[in-house]
Amino acid sequence: MALNSLGREIPEIFAGKNQIPYRDPWSLQPHAERSTRAIRRISHNGSKLVGGLREAIIASGLKDGMTISTHHSLRNGDRLLNDLIKEIDALGIRDIKIASSSVHIVHAELIPYIRKGVITGLECGVNGLIGELISKGELDCPVIVRSHGGRARSLITGEVAVDVAFLAAPCCDEYGNFNGYYGPSACGSLGYAQVDAQHAHKVVAVTDNLVPFPAVPVGIPQSVVDFVAQVPSLGDPKKIVSSTTRVTTDPIGLQIAKYAAMVIEASGYVKDGFSFQTGTGGISLSVAEHVRNMMRKGKVKGSFGCGGITGYFVEMLEEGLFEALFDVQCFDLKAVESIGRNQRHQEMTAGTYANPFNCGSVVNRLDCAILSATEVDVNFNVNVNTESMGYLLHNTGGHCDVAAGAKVSIVVAPSIRGRLPIVRDEVTTITTPGETVGVIVTERGIAVNDNLPELKEALIKMRAPVKDIRQLRDEVYAITGIPKPIEFEDKVVGLIEYRDGSIIDVVRQVRP
Amino acid sequence: MKILKKGQAGTMQSSDLMVVVEPAEDLIVEIESTVKKQFEHLIRAKIDEVLAKFDTKSGRISINDRGALDYAIEARLEAALQRAGGK
Repeated sequence: MALNSLGREIPEIFAGKNQIPYRDPWSLQPHAERSTRAIRRISHNGSKLVGGLREAIIASGLKDGMTISTHHSLRNGDRLLNDLIKEIDALGIRDIKIASSSVHIVHAELIPYIRKGVITGLECGVNGLIGELISKGELDCPVIVRSHGGRARSLITGEVAVDVAFLAAPCCDEYGNFNGYYGPSACGSLGYAQVDAQHAHKVVAVTDNLVPFPAVPVGIPQSVVDFVAQVPSLGDPKKIVSSTTRVTTDPIGLQIAKYAAMVIEASGYVKDGFSFQTGTGGISLSVAEHVRNMMRKGKVKGSFGCGGITGYFVEMLEEGLFEALFDVQCFDLKAVESIGRNQRHQEMTAGTYANPFNCGSVVNRLDCAILSATEVDVNFNVNVNTESMGYLLHNTGGHCDVAAGAKVSIVVAPSIRGRLPIVRDEVTTITTPGETVGVIVTERGIAVNDNLPELKEALIKMRAPVKDIRQLRDEVYAITGIPKPIEFEDKVVGLIEYRDGSIIDVVRQVRP
Repeated sequence: MKILKKGQAGTMQSSDLMVVVEPAEDLIVEIESTVKKQFEHLIRAKIDEVLAKFDTKSGRISINDRGALDYAIEARLEAALQRAGGK
C-alpha cells in the first residue's frame, strides 16, 4: 500500500497490474507511443456480413482470457452486451474482461455470468446492482472505474487492449459503414465507439438496421470494420433516449439553479465566445434556462455547448446563441434528430472530448460547466461513485475531466438528502479532486474555492450568499447530526482511476 | 404517558418515518432505517429523549425511518403516543 497525495491508501498491484498513486491533476506525463494493432487487408468487395452474434464472435477469433468492449450510447436501453455475453457463454468461452465505455443498470443480467467465470474483470465503471454486489463481497470481479477521458486514454495508450469491440450500429451497411443517426435504435452521436473503432484489434459492427450501401453520413467507416453482424434488436428505443428532459420544479432545486446562475453571471464569461456544459438533471436544465435568458438579454453570441447534448442545447444552437455543439452523446430525441440535420452540431470522439493525453481536448476550452455530486467535502473533493451505504453504484462519466478542463466548474447539490449531509468532513470516495472544483452550490449557500478569489469577490458584490465551505458543513451537521462513518473491510474491490491513469481512490468491501 | 392501545403516526415517504406504538410489558425500541449505519445512534437518542419526556416506561416502539430529521422523529413519536391513548 502507498499513500496518494490525498491521503488515500492505494495498493501497489491490483488485478495483476502495477498502479500509480495520484499526485495532482496536471503533472503526470505520458511515456507511451500510441497503441498499435495489426493492419488487416480485406480485398474482397462483397459483404462483411457473417450472420448473427454467435457467428461474429467465432469470426472475430475471441478466446479465453480476452478483452471485449461495447459502447454505452444505447444507455439503459442496451441489449447488445447482455446478448453478447450469453452467446460467449454458449460458446464455452471463459475469463473475459469487459472494457465497455459504461455498464448500466440493465446489465444486471450479467451477474450469473460473473459468478460462472465467463466474466472475470471490469475495465470500466458500473451503474447499479453489479457494483453493489461487488462492494458487498458477493461478487468477485475487480473493477477499475474510469472517466470518459480516462477510458479513451487507456485504449489509445494501450493500457487497456481491447481484443474485440462489438459496436452497436443503428444504421449500417454490409461493408461496415455506420452511423447512429437513423433506425429503430438511433442514439445520435457515437462518440465513445469512435475510440474502440480506432483501437480495438478486431471491430464488429452489430446492427438491427441494415441499409443499402453506403450508410451515410459515415460515422465510423468501412476501413476499420472487420465484420458486420445482424441482430433482431439492439435495444429498447424508449430507454435509449428519453423523449423529454425536464427542468426541475422542486423548490430546493430551483433555488440551487438560481444560485448557480449567479455564479455564472459573476464569472464574467457570459459574453461573446462563451462556452458551457451542463448535464441532463432537472437542476442542470434549470441552470441552462437561466443561461439562455442571460445570453438573450445580453445579446451574447456564444462559442459552443458541449457534452451529452439535450434538446435544450439544440434550441440554443438553432436560436443562434451558440456557434456549435460538441456532442459525445445524445441524451434525448431532439438531440438525435438535430445531429443528423445540423452541420454545426458536431459529433466528437471521447478522446477529443476529454482525454488528458493529447494535444488538447474540448473540455480545456470550456468556460463554465455544471456538475453533480453525491457528496462534497471541505476540501472541495467530490464523490459521484459511491452512495450512502458505501456501495459502488455510479460511473464517473466525464466528471473529473470537465472539472479539470473548465475555467469555472460548478458543482450543484442539495445540502441534505434524506438525513444524509451532502457537505461533509470527508467524502466516502474521491472521484474528482477539490483542486479542480471551482464552486459548490447548495440551497444554503455558495462556497468558492480559494483558487478563484476574483469570482468570490464578484459574488459578494452581487450579494450572493457566499459562505465558507466549513460554515456550510457546520450548518448541515447542525440539522442532520454527525453521521457515523461507514465501516469497510481491508479488501480493495475496485479502483477509482483519475483521468491521467493514476489512482485517486479505492473502493473497499463494505463491512456488513 | 402509558401506552394503552396501538397508536400510529407518519408515512413511508422519503425524509419521513412511520411510528407504531403498542402496549407491552417491557420497553422495546425497534429501529429500521435507510440510514441505520450512519444514524441509528442519533435516532435512538431522540426516541429515548421523547419517551423520557412523556414518562413512557413500557411498550413496543417500532420505527421505520426513511431518513427523517430529528424534529420529524420527535413529532411523529409524540403523535403516536397521544393516539395510543393513555395519560
